[in-house]
Amino acid sequence: MSLLVPPLLTYTVRRMVQAIPIIILIMIGSFLLIKLAPGDTVDALVGDMGGADPAFVARLRAEYGLDQSVFVQLWRYMLKLVQLDFGWSYVYEQPVIEVLMSRLGNTLLLMVSSLVVAFTFGVALGAIAARRAYSWTDNMISTLGLVFYAMPSFFLSLLLILIFSVKLGWLPVGGIRTIGAFKTGWADVADVARHLVMPTAALSLIYLAFYMRLMRTSVLEVMDLDFVRTARAKGAGGARLMFHHVMRNALLPVVTLLGLQFSTVLGGSVVVETIFSLPGIGQLAYTSVVKRDLNTLMGIIALSSIIVVIVNVLTDLIYAWLDPRIELK
Amino acid sequence: MTHPDTSVASRPLPPASPAPIALPDIGLAQTRSLVLWRRFRRNRAALLGLILFVAVVLMAALADVVTPGDPLRIAGSPLTDPLTVASNPWGTDQLGRDIMSGIFHGARISLAIGVVATVISIAIGVVIGAVAGYFGGRIDGALMRVTEAFQTIPSFVLLLTLVAIFGSSIEIIVIAIGIVSWTAPARMVRAEFMSLRRREFVDAARNLGVSDMSIIFREILPNALPPVVVFASVVMANSILMESALAFLGLGDPNYASWGNMIGQGRAVLRTAWFCSVIPGIAILLTVLSFSLMGEGLNDALNPRQKR
Amino acid sequence: MFATSRLRCRRGGDRPHALWDFNLTVGEGEIVCLVGESGSGKSLAANAVMRLLPEPHVRVSQGAINLDGQDLLSLSETEMRSIRGDRMAMIFQEPMTALNPQKTVGWQIDEVLRLHTNLNKAGRKARALEILGDVHIPAPASTYNAYPHQISGGQRQRVMIAMALVLKPRLIIADEPTTALDVTTQKQILKLIKDLQQAQGTGILFITHDFGVVAEIADRIAVLRLGELVEQGPAAQILRSPQHSYTRKLIAAVPALTPPPEKPASSEPLVLEARGLRKTFAARGGFLSGKRNPVIAVKDLSFQLRRGETLGVVGESGSGKTTVSRIVTRLLESDSGEVRIDGRDLISASKTELRALRKDIQMVFQDPMASLNPRRRVVELIAQGPIVQGVAKDVAHARARELLSLVELPPAAAERYPHEFSGGQRQRIGIARALAMEPRVIVADEPVSALDVSVQAQVLKLLADLRDRLHLSLLFVTHDLRVAAQLCDKVIVMSKGEIVEAGPTARVFANPEHPYTRSLLDSIPGRDWEPPVCNVA
Repeated sequence: MSLLVPPLLTYTVRRMVQAIPIIILIMIGSFLLIKLAPGDTVDALVGDMGGADPAFVARLRAEYGLDQSVFVQLWRYMLKLVQLDFGWSYVYEQPVIEVLMSRLGNTLLLMVSSLVVAFTFGVALGAIAARRAYSWTDNMISTLGLVFYAMPSFFLSLLLILIFSVKLGWLPVGGIRTIGAFKTGWADVADVARHLVMPTAALSLIYLAFYMRLMRTSVLEVMDLDFVRTARAKGAGGARLMFHHVMRNALLPVVTLLGLQFSTVLGGSVVVETIFSLPGIGQLAYTSVVKRDLNTLMGIIALSSIIVVIVNVLTDLIYAWLDPRIELK
Repeated sequence: MTHPDTSVASRPLPPASPAPIALPDIGLAQTRSLVLWRRFRRNRAALLGLILFVAVVLMAALADVVTPGDPLRIAGSPLTDPLTVASNPWGTDQLGRDIMSGIFHGARISLAIGVVATVISIAIGVVIGAVAGYFGGRIDGALMRVTEAFQTIPSFVLLLTLVAIFGSSIEIIVIAIGIVSWTAPARMVRAEFMSLRRREFVDAARNLGVSDMSIIFREILPNALPPVVVFASVVMANSILMESALAFLGLGDPNYASWGNMIGQGRAVLRTAWFCSVIPGIAILLTVLSFSLMGEGLNDALNPRQKR
Repeated sequence: MFATSRLRCRRGGDRPHALWDFNLTVGEGEIVCLVGESGSGKSLAANAVMRLLPEPHVRVSQGAINLDGQDLLSLSETEMRSIRGDRMAMIFQEPMTALNPQKTVGWQIDEVLRLHTNLNKAGRKARALEILGDVHIPAPASTYNAYPHQISGGQRQRVMIAMALVLKPRLIIADEPTTALDVTTQKQILKLIKDLQQAQGTGILFITHDFGVVAEIADRIAVLRLGELVEQGPAAQILRSPQHSYTRKLIAAVPALTPPPEKPASSEPLVLEARGLRKTFAARGGFLSGKRNPVIAVKDLSFQLRRGETLGVVGESGSGKTTVSRIVTRLLESDSGEVRIDGRDLISASKTELRALRKDIQMVFQDPMASLNPRRRVVELIAQGPIVQGVAKDVAHARARELLSLVELPPAAAERYPHEFSGGQRQRIGIARALAMEPRVIVADEPVSALDVSVQAQVLKLLADLRDRLHLSLLFVTHDLRVAAQLCDKVIVMSKGEIVEAGPTARVFANPEHPYTRSLLDSIPGRDWEPPVCNVA
């Protein structure tokens, strides 16, 4: 039977299955956090109503299952999460899942554009720096990398706004579309792209620096390996040596880091989306904290965990494609 | 049970034969740390990092001397430009608070939070990574699942959640930053332990009857520590960045002057008084840069082979 | 055909000239062996000839390299590239790492043809398959599409040879091409190199540290020491009567293949006895990954060791011999069986019993670099065991200092750290550490395989000496049959986790009964060469 299933699919399914215990752990963790939070749903409701008599409170508790044992509550909580039922957002007066879904697209757009920028430029610059190791070019690139790395994204965002919006007036200060413009087709795409330039730059620069430094080290390491010497002894050199023998091998640790860091990038979107008023998951996280919307916050944790798991499986697939030593079966 | 008949100690030792092997002539005075310091000193970027770091430490130490008084009090007319008034050399913000005072006192908060959060996260990371890497098998499997779970939740979102639930006092913030950033050190320590435990000196110690705990903490850990120390500089930089981001969003401890908070407040007057956010921004930038530079320098000093 | 003249290489560091006035010629169809110990600069010479030095860190400072009358040093890098892989090729030591793990075998051979010929795709593939057949790869077509990790070490080395030979180069530089291989594979590879070289008339510069290999294939020999050639000449002459004292020393250090005469059955008490030991390693895998069979490392192993005796455990990689050394010291838990030291079972011992028992069975490890904790001083390393066993610290330290002289190290060594010592000295420290426990048995796992030949001889002599003086029993694990012949009273020959033959060394070596033992003995490089007895001045 397993012969009929392509190995790529079995591998993907296997990686997904391996993620189940992690998801369960996260569910237990977020349940514990809710339990640790001062006050429960009923307190919040009662607080909203401006007080109620104890008998009513007790009835509410029973209705929400809060009089059950902790384990029963955990079980119910997990069952709800599995059905993507994250509860009700009292701030937005909607189910949490709908609030999340309306904002997911913007965040994914920002993630993808930032990672593409960070990865492409990071890898290219890192390879160039390693190729000319210890030269003027290398020092220049490496120093720039350190500065990028040390630059807080919110500070960078403000600098960008100051220069490109306030002083030069080239780019919009925030939002995802020009309000009231109602553009369609390519004009709309261009409008969104213009709004994304600064957020992408602000979010990607620190990771660009990460990938660059790692790629530089990795290329230097690979260049010392035996098989590169073999290739040189065969008469390979220049670009051929770099692309076929060095770069592809050197990419492996960078791809690993890409997977490991995706959740950090997602976390970074909180600050950037808030500054640029991008209606995405990150900005939602900020407003939820400010407005004490715990249900939404927990929904964000659950949803972002699922996204991170999916992205990790994807990077594993890329890794397996790059490295034939990983057996898919 | 002993065997006195074959015990080496019970028999006179054979006369000491003349030592035929010459030892390399290395002065004992040339200790490891001295060698490291020499290599570190040769690295100009690392020295720059050290100088920046010392400057930040001095700012923190001398905050009460140079800029006495509460940094949050009103100390001049609002939005004074830098270099115009002697009592507010770096200017004031929209509430008339002195920026220089804020920077100096903010250095304390940044360093304190950075150090404590780093100690917390490295401590958790070392224990979990060491146990997982040394014992392997199921213990490793279980601990790594927990690590991955923590790594899967975006750390800044988790930080926000912890602060939202437990409040934003400075103690909570420090502990929360420690809790969200131990996974990377744990993974690194685990990898170090997995490679070191395969080294034969670990087998040799086991063969002498040394206990597991002793092997973990007294045999392997000292060998695994140098990369951990280097990595601590990264964790430190990250902790400072996280705290300032939190303060920037207005979720920090309101009772202390914090660079992030200064930038956040300065945002409102960005168009007219850019210096309110740029000065603290540069302070963060240079502080984080100092840790990166020192970390790189230390790394190069520890692995001189990579350097040509 | 090929010659270097007064070649000098420069590099930073304590010895600015890594190579000094290096004059070497290789004729057509000739195999020249460049022999030297570690640090002699032999690999550097190979890279210098190919112009693959890590410039500007290490560079040729003067001299000339000639290939068919063309001065290679005057060529540009692009011109040099067109010669590398075409007219001169190279084979490396480590078949595991010398091939690009991300490309198929076929792609890597194809690359040579793409770089240096105008053949079309089909022509290149045909040529690659042909050369894979020539190096006796069993299934060329499927190997062509395989990745390096999917084929064995010996086959990978064949692929390397195929890659080097595919364009029939004039000169091949082989840098320790068989050092990482098992003896039986080594024999096949040596034969293959020789056969193909004779068929093509290629000149070979063969770099090695092993005089056995030299005796096997060399036409001429050049001996390199600290960057200088000390002796050069026809193989037969140097192997029979070396002139330079260094060459003599090297040859004298090669263990003779004559085991000690069989001793009469010993009446000494039984010290170590293993019965029915078995160890399987569970293969990784699990959910959805398909079942894999567990790997049997050792199955049903039994042996006996009497006081003062040395038992050799010999075998190739994967035979389970290292597992044996780890099981009898219980560094690895065995699945079943028992190990009795003076009648007390180690395998079933509780944690506290085990700690006391460990005292009686100590180990000397293979890698003198890795087996000493770099963060501890020598005296602490040696005294650590006794201190764990409850001896007072000052007593243990005093004792450790005495042991230093026993292993012929100066007292000043006590206060130093392991990295300050050479490999041989470190191995002496390892021996002292084992002796500090006053053990009944010492298990030595390949204790000399990481050392240069001349150092190897000294350490072996010390071990034999201590064994006789202290009435120790030795369980000696080795892949090197020459070493086993020199030291062991009895041997057990292992293959695939099983003992295929056991008996007194003299008898096993003279009349091997099992075909595997026979093939092992047959494969010892230079087995027909009897090292001359020369006085080492």
